[in-house]
Amino acid sequence: MEKKIRMRVNGTKVELQVPTNRLLIDCLRYDLGLTGTKEGCSVGVCGACTVLMDGEMVSSCLALAVFADGHEITTVEGLAKDGELHPVQKSFIRYGGFQCGICTPGQVVAAKALLDEIPKPNEEQIKEWMMGNLCRCTGYYKIIESIQKAHQFAK
Amino acid sequence: MQPFEYRTPKNLKEVQQELKQFGADAKLVAGGTALIIMMKQRLVRPTCLISLSSVRGLAGIAEKNGALRIGGSTTHREVETSSLVRRRLPLLAETYRHVATIRVRNMATVGGGLAHADPNQDPPPTLIALGASVKASSAGGSRMIPVEEFFTDYYETVLKPDEVITEVSVPRLPPNSAGAFLKFLPRTADDYATVSAAAVVTLDRSKKIFSDVRIALGSVGTTPIRAREAEAVLRGQPVKAEALRAAAEKAKQAVDPISDFRGSAAYKREMAGVFVRRALEKALEGFKRVKSAPSRQSKRRGRR
Repeated sequence: MEKKIRMRVNGTKVELQVPTNRLLIDCLRYDLGLTGTKEGCSVGVCGACTVLMDGEMVSSCLALAVFADGHEITTVEGLAKDGELHPVQKSFIRYGGFQCGICTPGQVVAAKALLDEIPKPNEEQIKEWMMGNLCRCTGYYKIIESIQKAHQFAK
Repeated sequence: MQPFEYRTPKNLKEVQQELKQFGADAKLVAGGTALIIMMKQRLVRPTCLISLSSVRGLAGIAEKNGALRIGGSTTHREVETSSLVRRRLPLLAETYRHVATIRVRNMATVGGGLAHADPNQDPPPTLIALGASVKASSAGGSRMIPVEEFFTDYYETVLKPDEVITEVSVPRLPPNSAGAFLKFLPRTADDYATVSAAAVVTLDRSKKIFSDVRIALGSVGTTPIRAREAEAVLRGQPVKAEALRAAAEKAKQAVDPISDFRGSAAYKREMAGVFVRRALEKALEGFKRVKSAPSRQSKRRGRR
C-alpha cells in the first residue's frame, strides 16, 4: 500500500510515492539520499535521527514518511546556506563538540532548534533541551560549550 | 512493519466512517511515538492507520466555565508551554514537562498518551489528582469519563473501538488548594518513573486542617492508582507531619508494583510511601503559612 506525499525538504519541494509503512528516516536516507541523518536506537530515545518538522524536533525513526505530508523537514544537510556552515556547525568544529560523530547530526539539528528559540541559552536550558540526544563518547561538556558559544558565529 | 492502509480523515464524521469500514483491525494514530514502536515490535499489527492529525478542531487549549479543555490532539509540549495552563494549573504544565524528552513531547498527544494507557506514564496520576475527565466521542454521541475510571489494565481502557478521545477536561482547583507531582528517577532523566506520585491538597480557611486531599500514583500497578485510604487518613485532620506519615503508610498498602529493571516490588512499595509523603509536603509548600511542613524541612536540612 502506497501513498503520494508532498513535502519540503531543506527548502526543496519533494513529491514522491512511498509505501505507507516507510519510516521518515528511511525515506530521507534511501529515497532522497540524505544520509546525514543517522539511526541509533530506533525507539526514539537516542536522538541520532532528530530532524525538524516545521521547525520542531522529531524522531524520524518514530515518524512515518506519510506523517510528513504537507510539512517542512529540515535535516543536517539543510543547515548550511550557500556553502557556508550554520553558526552551530562552526561552533561544534571550533569547540570540539563531537568525537566519533555518529550522534552529531542529531545534536546539531537539535541545537539549531534550540538556538532558533533561545539565541543565547544558559547551561540549564541547554541540558533540558538536549536531554534526549545521547553521546556514547560522553562528550557532553564540549557539546554544551559549542552550543553556548554558537552565537559568536552568528552574523 | 507489515503494510497497512493510511487514512487522513478531515473531521470526526469521516473518522467514524473509517472506523466502521476497518473495524477492530484499524488503529487511530496521532503523534505515533508509542504506536509506531509497538508496530515495529509487531506487538500491534493494524491493517489500517487512521490519522487524527488532519481532523479539525481536535487540538488546542481553552478555558470554559473555569475548566481547562485540552483537545485530544494537543501535544504534550503545547500543554507544558501553554501560558494559560501555566497560569491556571502550573502542576499540569510541570507534569507534562516530565514526560520523556522535548522531541517526544513535540509529537506525543494528550489523547494519544491516555489511549496508550501505559501505567508508567506521568500525566495520569496528576490528572486523577486534579479530578480530570476524558471526553470520548463516537457516532452515537459523546460521554465524559473520569480519568480515574478510564484505565482497566496494562494498555487497556474503557474506550470502545468506535470512540475517539476528543478532549480532556480539567476542573479549576477549589480555593485554598495546591498540588505537586513527583517522579522518582534513579536511572536517567528521560526514563519512565520507578514510582510517581501526585497530590492535590485543599485546606480549610484556617489553613490548618485538610478539608480534601487527592492522591494518585503511577508505575506501581497495572493502572495508575488512586490512594483513597491514604486520602481518608488526612481528611479533616490537622496539617502535621504524623498525618503525612500515616497517609504514606496507607499509600504503600494501595500499590501493587512488579519487580523489574527499575526496582524490586518491595523497593517500589517503600518508595511509593516516601514519594506520597514528599508530594504532600511539596503541595503544602504552596501554603506559606503552614507551620508543620517547614519544621520538618529545617530538621532535614540540619541533618545534612
